[in-house]
Amino acid sequence: MISLTVNGERHDIDADPEMPLLWALRDLIKLTGTKYGCGIAQCGACTIHINGQPARACVTPVSAAVGTEIRTIEGLSPDATHPVQQAWIELDVVQCGYCQSGQVMAAAALLEQNPSPTDADIDAAMNGNICRCGTYPRIRAAVKRAAELKRGGQPA
Amino acid sequence: MSAAETGGPGSKPNSGRRHFLIGIGVIAGGVAAGQLLRPYLVGGSEAAPKEFKPHAFVRIGADDRVTVIIGKSEMGQGVYIGLPMILAEELDVNPQRLAVEIAGIDPAFNHPFMPAQFTGGSMSVMTTYEALRRVGATARRMIVQAAATEWGVPAAELRTEDGVVFAPDGRSATYGKFVEAASALPVPAKESVALKNRADFRYIGKPQRRLDSRIKVNGAAQFGIDVDLPNMLVAVVARPPQFGATVRSFDASQAKAVRGVVDVKQVPSGVAVIAEHTWAAIKGREALRVEWQDGPGATLSTESLRAERRALLARTGLLAKNQGDAIAALGEARRKIDVEYELPYLAHACMEPLNAVAWVKNERCEMWMGTQGQSQDAQLVAAALGIPPANVQINTTFLGGGFGRRASGTSDFAVEAAHVAKGLNRPVKVVWTREDDTRGGYYRPFGLNRVQAAIGADGLPIAYFHRNVSKPVLANTALGSQMIPKDGLDPSTMEGSADMPYAIPNLRAEVHNTKETVPSLWWRSVGHSANGFVVNSVIDELANLAGQDPYRYRRALLAGKPRHLAVLDKAASAAGWGKSLPTGHFHGIALQESFNSIVAQVAEVSVVDKQVRVHRVTCAIDCGLAVNPDQVVAQMQSGIVYGLSAALTGEITIEAGAAVQSNFDTYPVLRLTETPAIDVHIVDSDGPLGGVGEPGTPPIAPAVCNAIHAATGQRIRRLPISASLA
Repeated sequence: MISLTVNGERHDIDADPEMPLLWALRDLIKLTGTKYGCGIAQCGACTIHINGQPARACVTPVSAAVGTEIRTIEGLSPDATHPVQQAWIELDVVQCGYCQSGQVMAAAALLEQNPSPTDADIDAAMNGNICRCGTYPRIRAAVKRAAELKRGGQPA
Repeated sequence: MSAAETGGPGSKPNSGRRHFLIGIGVIAGGVAAGQLLRPYLVGGSEAAPKEFKPHAFVRIGADDRVTVIIGKSEMGQGVYIGLPMILAEELDVNPQRLAVEIAGIDPAFNHPFMPAQFTGGSMSVMTTYEALRRVGATARRMIVQAAATEWGVPAAELRTEDGVVFAPDGRSATYGKFVEAASALPVPAKESVALKNRADFRYIGKPQRRLDSRIKVNGAAQFGIDVDLPNMLVAVVARPPQFGATVRSFDASQAKAVRGVVDVKQVPSGVAVIAEHTWAAIKGREALRVEWQDGPGATLSTESLRAERRALLARTGLLAKNQGDAIAALGEARRKIDVEYELPYLAHACMEPLNAVAWVKNERCEMWMGTQGQSQDAQLVAAALGIPPANVQINTTFLGGGFGRRASGTSDFAVEAAHVAKGLNRPVKVVWTREDDTRGGYYRPFGLNRVQAAIGADGLPIAYFHRNVSKPVLANTALGSQMIPKDGLDPSTMEGSADMPYAIPNLRAEVHNTKETVPSLWWRSVGHSANGFVVNSVIDELANLAGQDPYRYRRALLAGKPRHLAVLDKAASAAGWGKSLPTGHFHGIALQESFNSIVAQVAEVSVVDKQVRVHRVTCAIDCGLAVNPDQVVAQMQSGIVYGLSAALTGEITIEAGAAVQSNFDTYPVLRLTETPAIDVHIVDSDGPLGGVGEPGTPPIAPAVCNAIHAATGQRIRRLPISASLA
């Protein structure tokens, strides 16, 4: 048995140590908000937080996640009210939506570390997350809007 | 009770209104409706007793909840707001209060062009607009009639606003109060129900926020790959390493030794490794040993395919268009070009790799997946299993991108899942890895084009002769049997060229169909994605030959077409065409009419050390009525990014009969830092409804390449640009 702490809850799973955290989250713990896109840390669809840092679940073996605090999109806020989620809704960022769990988690991690990111900061933090619907222009705007909201701005 | 709990796929398939439930809307209290995928109930017994349902598209509850049932697949294009708001306009309900339900297979949702449920061709709004309005207006009229009867007031004296009926004496009540009485009324003949005048629209034409944002930013939206059923297995399939190869033999002993692997079995498309979870299936497949039998395409390569095409380019092809006498005009002309344009195979590369869940039991099959073609899937799955089509149920989920890939003519991913599921007596989810998805074929065709064109004394074109060699796509799709005439001429091969809006007196188009083993398929904007590049590049070449400004040259060729001119002028003026740009920046322009919409784009580009940077794209569109303007903008942004990805680096090459590229490291797609600023302008129009999902894609490649020519003098005649500038 391997014990993982996900969104504050302990899960004991029967998995090989090398199983990517992505599949443990999706298939064993049944948290499917974290998406599979590439399996090789190229697309960012599986972005989660490990001890507050953005991480690619598809290349993180479960053994490496033991003893850490794992946060997935389901644990970002109880009711989609995290500033990043609010900004995403306000600006109608999503299209198909498949990559957006990863985008939101990457943006949330950025704002934790940097409450007022510049364009260059956003580039550096978000360039690993692919979106085939081309929501990038709105992602850029929404990260800035989320930063405003996080600093106390009022939701529109 | 769910289908799962009843012990098998639903026992009364296709019995009336049986809808798969994913409530995505936001109800009056601001609480998201049921967000999770639930196997639906048999026989519709779930319906609340007090509910008004005048049509398959809508129902109104005594609790005032208005649910719109949508038969189009949501793959990003916004049909779960664009279509509901059309119905809501006539019903007089704020679209933000709607719940949306994903329809099951039901003839009520068939495409008007064919007896099938199908989403594609940028046609969802244009083909359902009238029907949705009629249904909304009919439902409203019946509610109003019920209120009139109850209050003893003439119906004509009642008015409605956002789900409330008002009487002149001050009485008012919500729609929910009248659902029982309205249900007892006869449904009026649809011609007798008046529709609003456009000037009276409250919602259509004004931006409406998507209803699916919340569940797409908190992980709750269910895509096919997220489906989880009790006792479900997961499979991956070892498919041939070469298009057209087959299984000679396989050794499953090591695969079966992998912990979690349940079974290994041959299916028509390869060998399936079936396991308790995805990771075990992937590891099991790595341990599987398969001997493959070469097929007829074993030696195919991009080079051999190019040589085949080049040989065909020299010969007369199927005649797709013959206006005037282009050959004679070319013979007499003094100023002319004879050029070759090459476009590569392209994978759709949807963010969500292909997948499907199938459960086969007792001569029935129930499926859960993101698909663009439910009816065809059901038919082909039924044929594969030897059961009646009525015994196949398709439950549509959200699609993590479509772009045409989730509507292949063979329903490949659905049929394969059914084969894997056969005999298991358990649901199984077949997951394609990214590598499987990229290398699995069904590409935008590899096309080689020859264009001979000439200009007259005034510099304007007098002849255009376009020969296109590629593998046709419609033959492999649901529409093919209805659209391809006996001579084998696929109309999509020449769309956007043979029917270009630019006025050229002598126009000839010919086609050669190739038949290689690499499967071809429509890819966002179909023939326009290739022909829009060829035509708009050639027009630029001719403007250059004539020594004229490419924007003014296009104006001359669009004379007498006010809608086209307005779009072209808007893009040019908004971009500042002809005005000074930052040092090293250059403009290129293109215009393409596709799917009933006209789109022009101006790309601002710089080229430094053969590195192309697209700084800004200015886009103008006339799509007739823009139902949800902000989603029109979103689709232009989307189409531009998708097309720019392809133009810059998109290319599937073939070696030894197989695709070389496999994942995003070898098939790079556009990222945030490469994305230009994009300005979109919607041109007011009273033209017919046009699509928006695809028309944003065709102009971007030629606009960028024309700018590269302006910057460097180099004409890009082979995509991707990275291959030409290398």
